[in-house]
Amino acid sequence: MVDARGRSCPEPVIMLKKALESNENNYEIMVDNHVSVENVTRFAEHSGYRVNLEEKGDDFLLTLTR
Amino acid sequence: MSEDIKMTKLASCAGCGAKVGAGMLVKLLNDLPVRHDERLLVGYDKSDDACVYVVNDDTAIVQTLDFFPPIVDDPRLFGQIAACNALSDIYAMGAEPKLALNIMTISNAMTREAVQEVLRGGYEKAYEADTIIAGGHTIEDLEPKYGLSVTGFVHPKRVLKNTGAKPSDMLILTKPLGIGILTTAAKADLVDDATMQKLYAQMARLNRAARDSMVKYEIHSCTDVTGFSLMGHSYEMAAGSGCSIHLQTDEIPYHHEAWDMADMGFVPAGAYRNRDYVEHHVKWDKTIPRPMQDILFDPQTSGGLLIAVAEQDAQTLLRELQAQMDGVKIVGYVTELKEQELIME
Repeated sequence: MVDARGRSCPEPVIMLKKALESNENNYEIMVDNHVSVENVTRFAEHSGYRVNLEEKGDDFLLTLTR
Repeated sequence: MSEDIKMTKLASCAGCGAKVGAGMLVKLLNDLPVRHDERLLVGYDKSDDACVYVVNDDTAIVQTLDFFPPIVDDPRLFGQIAACNALSDIYAMGAEPKLALNIMTISNAMTREAVQEVLRGGYEKAYEADTIIAGGHTIEDLEPKYGLSVTGFVHPKRVLKNTGAKPSDMLILTKPLGIGILTTAAKADLVDDATMQKLYAQMARLNRAARDSMVKYEIHSCTDVTGFSLMGHSYEMAAGSGCSIHLQTDEIPYHHEAWDMADMGFVPAGAYRNRDYVEHHVKWDKTIPRPMQDILFDPQTSGGLLIAVAEQDAQTLLRELQAQMDGVKIVGYVTELKEQELIME
């Protein structure tokens, strides 16, 4: 799992971009703010993944599949 | 600081993206005691670019302050951009800058040379603007910041506020949008050098020529487009003028590289804050693609002037501006207040 909590944009997107280089079908990324949820979702969708969002207390878990 | 430490790495947020949101600002300033003086023409409403105080029948003094953390790694360029951005508030009031004071924080990660280069950049732009930097104040901080407090002069009857736009006015924007998105994407090394050089040149371009041209025509309102984005600043102009502003999205000048970057999620936090502030005052055309919306809400650093010009002067002013600079367009027009302050077409 990519843990991008405590990071502000564009860092979570950059972290996900690096992670996606391993070219797998499933990823998880945890963020802690709405801007990161939006931007990470857009990056994931742009890269061909579907995104499922779960709230985990104050944090957000995004599950990517393709 | 070793030479390879980048200025932007010392900052947690870049340029005007660091600006506190307009909604928050209004709350923070609410209920504070303000002394009234009939000579203060602009300043009470808390949303204009600078304050204006009438000295006598021929002269009003215009004062502003603007500073921010590094938006670029080159310290000299950072100084130039920060100075341009601060001077712009004076030009947006239709005034001419004359005096300035540095405001600066330096981090102990900066070399003495880097600090000097920031100042050199600021002095270069002040010089170009016929403005004297006559001092300033510098303190140590965790991250570097730089800007100017600028004093300018204008005839009291020729002050241009961010209110006063009238139905049938045309709106001219003098610099293309997309700075916030592209500087965000640049942190991921996704923007090529040629594009960045283009952005740097734009941010380091004074709004002086635009101001000097516009004051020859019938202008009803002007503001500079900075942290609150085209949407935020247009909303403030519309709301303050009691009018609706119609923006024609096909006519908005923007850096085309910003479109893909926005689509990929390189949208600065300030753009989301701007959307929250304004979206309840916007009538959307549902066909406007999301990346275009992001560009409209994108916080600009050292952005262009947004000029409400009388319809009969619009084409002449447009041509005069286009002859001097790239990326100038008529982006919309003003009508009486309709269902929302901002109407997207």
